[in-house]
Amino acid sequence: MTVAEPELENSPLLELLGGFIVELREAGLPVSLTENLDAMEAVTHIPLEDRESFKYALGATLVKNHTHWKAFEVVFEVYFSMRGEEYIIGSEAEGDLSGEDQEGDESALPGQGQPQGGGGGMQSLTPEQLAEMLFKALLNGDMAMLSALARQAVLRFAGMEPGRPVGGTYYLYRTLRNLDLDGVLEKLMEETKSQTSQPMSQFEERLERDEFLDRIEKLKTEVEAEIRRRLVADRGVEAMARTLRKPLPEDVDFMHASREEMSELRKAIYPLTRKLAVRLARKRRHGRKGPLDFRRTIRHSLSYGGVPAEPKFRFPRPAKPEIMVVADISGSVASFARFTLHLVYAISNQFSKVRSFVFIDGLDEVTRFFEGVEDIGEAVHRVNTEADVVWVDGHSDYGHAFDVFWEKFGRDLNPKTTVLILGDARNNYHASQAWIIQEMKKKARKVYWLNPEPRAYWDTGDSIVGEYTTHTDGCYEVRNLRQLESFVEKLV
Amino acid sequence: MENHFEDVTGVRASLSDVNYLADDGIAGIVYLADRLGKPILVEGPAGTGKTQLAKSVAEMIDARLIRLQCYEGLDESKALYEWNYKKQLLRIQTEGASDWNEIEDDIFSEEFLLTRPLLEAIRAEDRVVLLIDEVDRVEVETEALLLEILSDYQVSIPELGTVEANQVPLVFLTSNATRELSEALKRRCLYLYIDYPDLEREREIVLSKVPEIDENLADQVARIVRSIRQLDLKKSPSVSETLDWARTLVLLGISKVDADTATETVNILLKYRTDIEKAIKEFADSPDGLSDEEE
Repeated sequence: MTVAEPELENSPLLELLGGFIVELREAGLPVSLTENLDAMEAVTHIPLEDRESFKYALGATLVKNHTHWKAFEVVFEVYFSMRGEEYIIGSEAEGDLSGEDQEGDESALPGQGQPQGGGGGMQSLTPEQLAEMLFKALLNGDMAMLSALARQAVLRFAGMEPGRPVGGTYYLYRTLRNLDLDGVLEKLMEETKSQTSQPMSQFEERLERDEFLDRIEKLKTEVEAEIRRRLVADRGVEAMARTLRKPLPEDVDFMHASREEMSELRKAIYPLTRKLAVRLARKRRHGRKGPLDFRRTIRHSLSYGGVPAEPKFRFPRPAKPEIMVVADISGSVASFARFTLHLVYAISNQFSKVRSFVFIDGLDEVTRFFEGVEDIGEAVHRVNTEADVVWVDGHSDYGHAFDVFWEKFGRDLNPKTTVLILGDARNNYHASQAWIIQEMKKKARKVYWLNPEPRAYWDTGDSIVGEYTTHTDGCYEVRNLRQLESFVEKLV
Repeated sequence: MENHFEDVTGVRASLSDVNYLADDGIAGIVYLADRLGKPILVEGPAGTGKTQLAKSVAEMIDARLIRLQCYEGLDESKALYEWNYKKQLLRIQTEGASDWNEIEDDIFSEEFLLTRPLLEAIRAEDRVVLLIDEVDRVEVETEALLLEILSDYQVSIPELGTVEANQVPLVFLTSNATRELSEALKRRCLYLYIDYPDLEREREIVLSKVPEIDENLADQVARIVRSIRQLDLKKSPSVSETLDWARTLVLLGISKVDADTATETVNILLKYRTDIEKAIKEFADSPDGLSDEEE
């Protein structure tokens, strides 16, 4: 099915695609003009009824980085959700329901007989029947039933009202709370156990559980999609896209990452370190040429009869820096410290030596956790749980921590050492002991401060980062993976 | 330009005829690449069938597969073309007396050109599929070599002029994402990310590639692998490792995997000691306590 060019030019599809691409760019995806044109051409080759193919056609032409796929998917759902055949919401019925179901109470909704979407006929069910159907659908993995039930659940429990300025997560929470999926999971497990004749081993049980978890996850996705569809219908595409816009993984703020974003970040860090290591290793090898190697030049000149025709150069051997990481791991900045430690150790072959220290109000060397360990994630976890960092009350005290550091390890600083201090410098109004930083700078090669707070917050409240950083060689705002990556690259 | 495929479902069906089980995304993008005449950049974890896709497509449309394996230090003379110096020298020596201009024209003619994969793909008379494997291994600068061929399907040789393609070949580039590819390269390609397959597709793959396996075992294999992939591992098991494992189980005559067999054979799925330990711990948290047989 091919759409002729002139037809496309003033079709609503073109307009829609334009808006779609603008939104992708707003969300931070780099979409170039050629890619834009490619997408326009690609969709002319795809039958528009085939939503999946349409999505992949756009994805293949517009998204060239897998970590951006999720962001793309959200924007796609918002822009094109109303074109799917499953998008049939009887609007008058919705109006009725939102009036009745404001508190999301579980009372049955009698008399709502007209069939709607795929959830036709479910209106008359009691909540118990609905729960029973859900249970059965999950047990048998009946996907069509599940999506119908998801739609019905949103209709009943989310209590969505037109024009109400709350986000989709609020409705999601309300719906899921009413479905009590944790309880359902336990019941499912019991049911399966009673069905099999002999008792299940732990192993089998675990596999079963994973299977059900997977199905429940699918149900949640359905619910989420349904809520999104309804919100789009209510508020319009542009507004919805704006509310749903989320930062790309590399732009997620360490300090304010949700649990979900955290796990995304953790997944993102491994490929990142690998890329960084490869890039750095290449940079070292392909650096500019070193100084003239007099001996080898003369040696080679012999083959030209003593004329130094081909000058030889030494290979550059940039010294590998020695790194000391001193990290605040108190609550607010813990995740930031975790990521930095992870990254530094993952590329530790770029440094001649890495030592790490963590503190809250006391300070402890944690280098030992990383020695001979394959799994850096595990080591970082041990640092968080086993390091002895509390001195008095477990509130950040940079002054005391630096005191301890200077006393115990100050003599280990030498002109090869680069010191990285990680923290927000929120000192709870303790003494700053900034002179130590000054002394450190005298002994070490460089002292850098990495601050996970936005620059605008520095030196507000109990933050005394300015006092420290007058003595350092530089203070960097490192709020997300992108900034962390660029700093580490600069460091090596 | 002739098109190879009718529609997306057709692609999918013919791919499964050559034993490659594509999902809608893969089939759709292959179809689109054919229609738009654009190369496909395939990314994804190792062992998910990126290279196999190119091979299968070649088999499907009955074309010759020309493969360029990339590595660090790959250059023009290995990727595009090279002058056959020895033959040129011979030519000069045999006709030492003739006019120099004539010789010069002669030795820079196609007769003395050694074609390397990229040029070969362009000049081929028969149907070809060009596979540029592990493109992330070459340096960023070398990528530039590919740009001309990927966007215009031509190669410029200073002494000869521009060689244009007789036909637009299907081009696949694969990458393991060890580094970010340049924007210029990405812009010229359709992007396809092949992830680990979902449960159903993995089971199908196992069934089609290991025909001796019975359905229950295949199902179990796929489920266990999915559970293992959910662990936080250094390297998750790939599809090829799943297949190896399935074959092993068949060879051992096992019809039902329990915790013991899983523990004993998990080293086929996982290749890092820490990963293996983690998986075993995960299998064996039952009270009767399985010992670490792997150690």
